[in-house]
Amino acid sequence: MERIYLDHAATTPLAPEVRAAMEPFWSAEFGNPSSRHALGVRAARALELAREQVAQLLGVDGTQVVFTSGGTEANNLAVLGLARARAKRGRHVLIGPTEHPCVRDAARALLEEGFELETLRLDARGGLDLEHALSRLRPDTVLVAQMLVNNEFGTLYPVARLARLVRANAPQACVHVDAVQALGKVEVSLGELGAHSLALSAHKFHGPKGAGALVLERGLRPRPLVFGGDQEQGLRSGTENVAGLVGLGCAAALVAERLPRARANFAACRAELARELPRLAGAELLEPAGSEGVVPAIGSLLLPGPPAEVWQHHLEARGVFTSVGSACQAKKGGLSPALLALGLDEARAKRVLRLSFARETSPAEVRAGVEALCALAAELRAYA
Amino acid sequence: MKLPIYLDYQATTPVDARVLEAMLPYFSEQFGNAASRSHAFGWKAEESVEHAREQIAAAIGASSKEIIFTSGSTEAINLALKGVAEMYASKGKHLVTSLAEHKAVLDTCKHLEKLGCEVTYLKPDKTARIAPEQVRAAIRPDTVLVALMWANNEVGTLNPIREIGAVCRELGTLFFTDATQAVGKVPVDVEADHVDLLCLSAHKIYGPKGVGALYVRRKNPRVRLAAQMDGGGHERGMRSGTLNVPGIVGLGKACELARTELVAESARCRELRDHLQQRIERELGFVELNGHPSERLPGNLNLSFHFVEGESLIMGISDVAVSSGSACTSASLEPSHVLRAMDVGEDLAHSSIRFGIGRFTTREEVDYAADALVKAVRRLREMSPLYELAQEGVDLKNIQWQGGH
Repeated sequence: MERIYLDHAATTPLAPEVRAAMEPFWSAEFGNPSSRHALGVRAARALELAREQVAQLLGVDGTQVVFTSGGTEANNLAVLGLARARAKRGRHVLIGPTEHPCVRDAARALLEEGFELETLRLDARGGLDLEHALSRLRPDTVLVAQMLVNNEFGTLYPVARLARLVRANAPQACVHVDAVQALGKVEVSLGELGAHSLALSAHKFHGPKGAGALVLERGLRPRPLVFGGDQEQGLRSGTENVAGLVGLGCAAALVAERLPRARANFAACRAELARELPRLAGAELLEPAGSEGVVPAIGSLLLPGPPAEVWQHHLEARGVFTSVGSACQAKKGGLSPALLALGLDEARAKRVLRLSFARETSPAEVRAGVEALCALAAELRAYA
Repeated sequence: MKLPIYLDYQATTPVDARVLEAMLPYFSEQFGNAASRSHAFGWKAEESVEHAREQIAAAIGASSKEIIFTSGSTEAINLALKGVAEMYASKGKHLVTSLAEHKAVLDTCKHLEKLGCEVTYLKPDKTARIAPEQVRAAIRPDTVLVALMWANNEVGTLNPIREIGAVCRELGTLFFTDATQAVGKVPVDVEADHVDLLCLSAHKIYGPKGVGALYVRRKNPRVRLAAQMDGGGHERGMRSGTLNVPGIVGLGKACELARTELVAESARCRELRDHLQQRIERELGFVELNGHPSERLPGNLNLSFHFVEGESLIMGISDVAVSSGSACTSASLEPSHVLRAMDVGEDLAHSSIRFGIGRFTTREEVDYAADALVKAVRRLREMSPLYELAQEGVDLKNIQWQGGH
């Protein structure tokens, strides 16, 4: 059976180029970058090249890139580390309405340290309610964390405008952007966003799992979370995952090179989805477009009838891989807070199925996915 | 024989071909997210992660439910120390460790001190060992954790873990051991050795960089930890983040090999190490062994050379990759904190070299390294007026030096 993988927002396969770049660093070039002999120095050099590649993608300098074990650690380091570093100036923290648990839970952990936490709101069009955000900014606000692209339904949030508001009205605050879902889907530049920090994860854009980065405004130093060894300018100790980070660097370079083509392809996939979906009676493509639109790489469907999980399992039996909520949510079986924030009631939130595309996904695969949905609808009706 | 010769196996190790073979499918066809439980890609990934957990548990005598994956030992150490200190804060705020620990332990302890904890730093003996009686004397009613390494990364000295574990158990204090250098080199059994928390790292045992594990005892006693990484609730809520599936599979395989090949491999490494040591000691005088003569990692040899400066020596044997001090601190020229804790004098500390022998070291390589080293030391000593004096039988300790030496 042909396999149609439409769950790229959960994780993506490694690009062959990335794998080839990583290969030497497992066994031949295995040095510890902290070692001072030639093998170590070569590992350190490879790491610096990877850092440049990441820096270039985001329009920053290599010194502004802190490597981590992935997006979760990068977001934790930003939320916990920046808030703690500024605790003397204030203890008010704002987070976006649909943040990933690694931002939300980290921010909640700050409550125990005497911080006050507020959540921003979505507006009627599913965008970020900037007026509300403005009303929540205070002189003692030290952190505003907002994702750039929603991982469940693809909304692109107006982070640059938010950052301008924050810089003008809450001068003590850092703006942190979780860009984990944005890389490879939209153009991302720390400077253009006007943000202080930005988190990314390699495995969401055809790099390996276990590698990510926090990109920081020049001179900004969060309190570290991991101590001992003083790697990464003391901001993240521990022997670096050389092969993984080389993979991250290569994946970042590929994003830069392929973004225009990838965007065209995402748009074609999304158009195909919109075109084909009417064949499935009662199905609806969620379009929480807000002010900036939805990235076409993610398409969430509100399906008729049984919960999305049922559709998902049947689809899988037909070789089509999709997801219900995010992978990190799936494990807990709970309802997605993001879908609820969108204004969906519980019954509807349970019926949302996510399709997500890669730069290599073809519109034909999307069509085959919708065909599978249609065939399935007939089958499910037979049981009803 | 391929140059340079790698004798720095305590800094890091190459990925074993068998480990790589196990990992590779997870980079391509099996690329699922282990948290995507509801579809087959995810299951497959999760199944492989659970298999790795069992392989790791088997290597240390634990059960698979007691294994938490991290990005490496440093993170595992941070999680153990901060996680325990936070969780047990109501019991007390005192920790016991030693001056010879890895920076990951020492720096985390310093951080905990800033947060109001009190830390007792035991002083090791001249061989870098901590005695169980020292631990007993240091434990107080408010001690929440004893953190002592199994094997020292610089001088290879093995702590009497079983005895220390017994003391901790008797006094009701949790015991964490950094076994990064020990796993695969010496037998590790968390039950017999009374260990409550233990960390290990893949890249020290022929697995990939960027992955490690923390053993957290589940019963007698059940150890609880405050999470240090939030979001997603992976790893029983103790460590969130998408699992590095290929890395974890690699760690599992590396642990399996470490367990099944431990006896043969440590015997082989010990023999090579002893051969290296004997050759150097036979062919050169004025050589000091740093560490314990017998209670030592089989593949570790740390020597100081009188009348020679370490950096020049390392440059003099440039096709032999060795390390002066530990890799994590060797970027600075300060003498190693471990050698200082052992009361090795500054001059000798500066002339120390760590030879690390491992799975792929051959006798030919060891002989090449010995030849190169002997030659380099002799050449450097020829330039040393002190060496000349010493050879004439002058006791340098009796010389009154001019100025502040």
